[in-house]
Amino acid sequence: MSDLDAFRAEVRAWLEANCPAEMREPIREEGDVCWGGRNWVFKNDAQKQWLEACAAKGYTVPDWPKAYGGAGLTPEQTKIFKQEMKRIHARSPLDSFGIWMLGPALLQFGTEEQKVQYLNPIARGEIRWCQGYSEPGSGSDLVSLQTFGEDKGDHWVVNGSKIWTSYADQADWIFCLVRTDKANKYQGITFMLFDMASKGVTTKPILLISGNSPFCETFFDDVEVPKTQFIGEINRGWDVAKYLLGHEREMISGGGAGGDMISIGGAFAKAFGKNAAGELDDPILRAEMAAFDVDVFAYRAMGERFMDMWKTGRAHPASSNMMKYVGTELNKRRHELVMSGGGSEALEWDSEETKGGARARGWLRTKANSIEGGTSEVMLNVIAKRILDLPGA
Amino acid sequence: MPLYHNDDQAMLKDSVAPFVAEQAPVSHLRKLRDSADATGFSRDLWAQFTEMGLPGMLVPEAHGGLGMGHMEAGIVLEEIGRNLTPSPFLSTSVGAVAALAKAGGTQAGRWLPAIASGEAIVALAIDEGAKHRPDRIATTATRAGNGFRLDGKKSFVLHGHVADMSIVAAKTDGGVTLFAVPKDAKGLTADARRLVDSSLASHVTLDGVEVDSDAVIGEVDAGGDILDALLAATRTGAAAEMVGVGQGAMDMTVTYLKERKQFGKLIGEFQGLQHRAAHLYGEMEVARATVMKAQQLLDEGSEGAKLMVSVAKAKAGRAANLAVREGVQMHGGIGMTDEYDIGLYMKRDRALAEYMGDVHYHIDQVARMNGY
Repeated sequence: MSDLDAFRAEVRAWLEANCPAEMREPIREEGDVCWGGRNWVFKNDAQKQWLEACAAKGYTVPDWPKAYGGAGLTPEQTKIFKQEMKRIHARSPLDSFGIWMLGPALLQFGTEEQKVQYLNPIARGEIRWCQGYSEPGSGSDLVSLQTFGEDKGDHWVVNGSKIWTSYADQADWIFCLVRTDKANKYQGITFMLFDMASKGVTTKPILLISGNSPFCETFFDDVEVPKTQFIGEINRGWDVAKYLLGHEREMISGGGAGGDMISIGGAFAKAFGKNAAGELDDPILRAEMAAFDVDVFAYRAMGERFMDMWKTGRAHPASSNMMKYVGTELNKRRHELVMSGGGSEALEWDSEETKGGARARGWLRTKANSIEGGTSEVMLNVIAKRILDLPGA
Repeated sequence: MPLYHNDDQAMLKDSVAPFVAEQAPVSHLRKLRDSADATGFSRDLWAQFTEMGLPGMLVPEAHGGLGMGHMEAGIVLEEIGRNLTPSPFLSTSVGAVAALAKAGGTQAGRWLPAIASGEAIVALAIDEGAKHRPDRIATTATRAGNGFRLDGKKSFVLHGHVADMSIVAAKTDGGVTLFAVPKDAKGLTADARRLVDSSLASHVTLDGVEVDSDAVIGEVDAGGDILDALLAATRTGAAAEMVGVGQGAMDMTVTYLKERKQFGKLIGEFQGLQHRAAHLYGEMEVARATVMKAQQLLDEGSEGAKLMVSVAKAKAGRAANLAVREGVQMHGGIGMTDEYDIGLYMKRDRALAEYMGDVHYHIDQVARMNGY
């Protein structure tokens, strides 16, 4: 048996012994996702047990070094771990902006002290993070942000506001882009971390067309941030932000759009019935769904290639923009088809049978996919300039 | 296996890419076309391919080949596509080899070494109408004497008029059977037509063609699996060639966007064109990954290969088609001229898109394989 085969057997046995049956069920509602944090209320014992078992083994962040709460797995081992998780339909033990976004940035730019201090609690799900990037006047154009940190010697005093801050009302800490030099557009931003319980921080949820409010407005009114709590260099936060956005796009395109990328046509065969040839009994919709399936299976192949190349440094740095663009546009198309396939049932907004209008709300939610984390148009600009090297206007 | 070329494959690409680009660039195709060449490809070029061992890449080592996989053959096909190189590589070295290697037996022993040594060109006589419908083969093979008598008509047979042997799919009492029909078989005629991309494909007539029983490739009535292997290999190969065609067209177009000025600006500065070019880039990358995945699954002998082969043919078809259409449009008037190469890419794409099942055929297959 090769080392990797042995590793697979070990993971399989561990999952068998440690993953509770309730955690091998598909995510059905928002409370099924475990976000952790100091105020987190576990949905049930299984959710708690699953997080603790994974955290103890380093499996919430399998590819992070052991010193920072990971399992220190190689890329090949990580791939096997994910395959084995998928095989038993195991839920993610912990969904976390700390893992997806801040963690990779800390691993890249943090000091040894910061890594130990912040990464371990992230791996254990003890601190729930939110991301303070967008501002009312600067969405995709992040470098125009205005939130200002005034230098007071040993600390900054931060004033301003952020918008579209996902789950800010439930987060413990924020990683935040703050202007610390007004004279320099790009090199005048610092990447700060601070406690959302700090004096002067308030949040207000924003009601969306889906009827949900996953996003908030966040206000900073003379918030004091110690000078030790920044990542990278002062005024060079843009470097950290750019690196982190690459990971965010990977997450939005890979997880958000790619997570449920399975054949769509089969799911609706029952509602439409089949004709004598065994085909979905709406030839035009069948064709659209099949064409979509082709794109889904193709995108999954691209996802695999992208990850293989990304992890070994072969991918163009801007290829995450391409993945984000293709993945989010595909996810929007999926939900348009889900609505067509669901017919009048999919229109129901509050019935029990539709789980509170899950399909309609999900459809509306996806419209943000090509806006958040940089719009599709910005992604296309980046591909055009950085990959195709087309001339600037 | 990671989904990128390993070191050996990258080395292969590094030797094949400049070779094809130098020996058989688009001007090579033009020369054949303008001289009304009757063969459809250059025998000299095929001899050079042979020196590099390319015709026998997929032939097992026991039969004198290199025993490589679809991933490697795809590297050659992509370069053939990028340079619009006329060549019997796809039908002979990919499709025919896949069928013969799967079948084994007398015909494999007879033809695989001949393919590997560059001596034999093999044509694939599968289609019978304007559209690819391999489940509706009407050509018949009836028992006669020691062998069979073949009757029927085949179409879109690439290199059919010059092939040393044609693999003919025919209906037998209990299923489909494949036959190796040699060039000089009595009653076999090939009527070559020049296609839009300047290649030559034949209408083949089998009028009471008599073959011995050992002309059967594999077993009588059991040709279904062998035909499937032939189709999977050829479709994946055509998809790889289309990725090359699409990439070639896209590269030309992006270069043009950086050179051509209108309204006092490089046209590549216009956001309208930038976004379309960037969208095309994404589609081409996805198509490339998909074709590689199909090659990988075929090489692994995976059950998932059949689905991914259809996905790849459909996706590469869509992406390459977008590349050539955007190519002609973004070139403007010059893109409509015969003198300029971009139109030739559009023509080749059209022929490859139709070969072994068009986009719609394969989308339909994907629906079927997913139970709807």
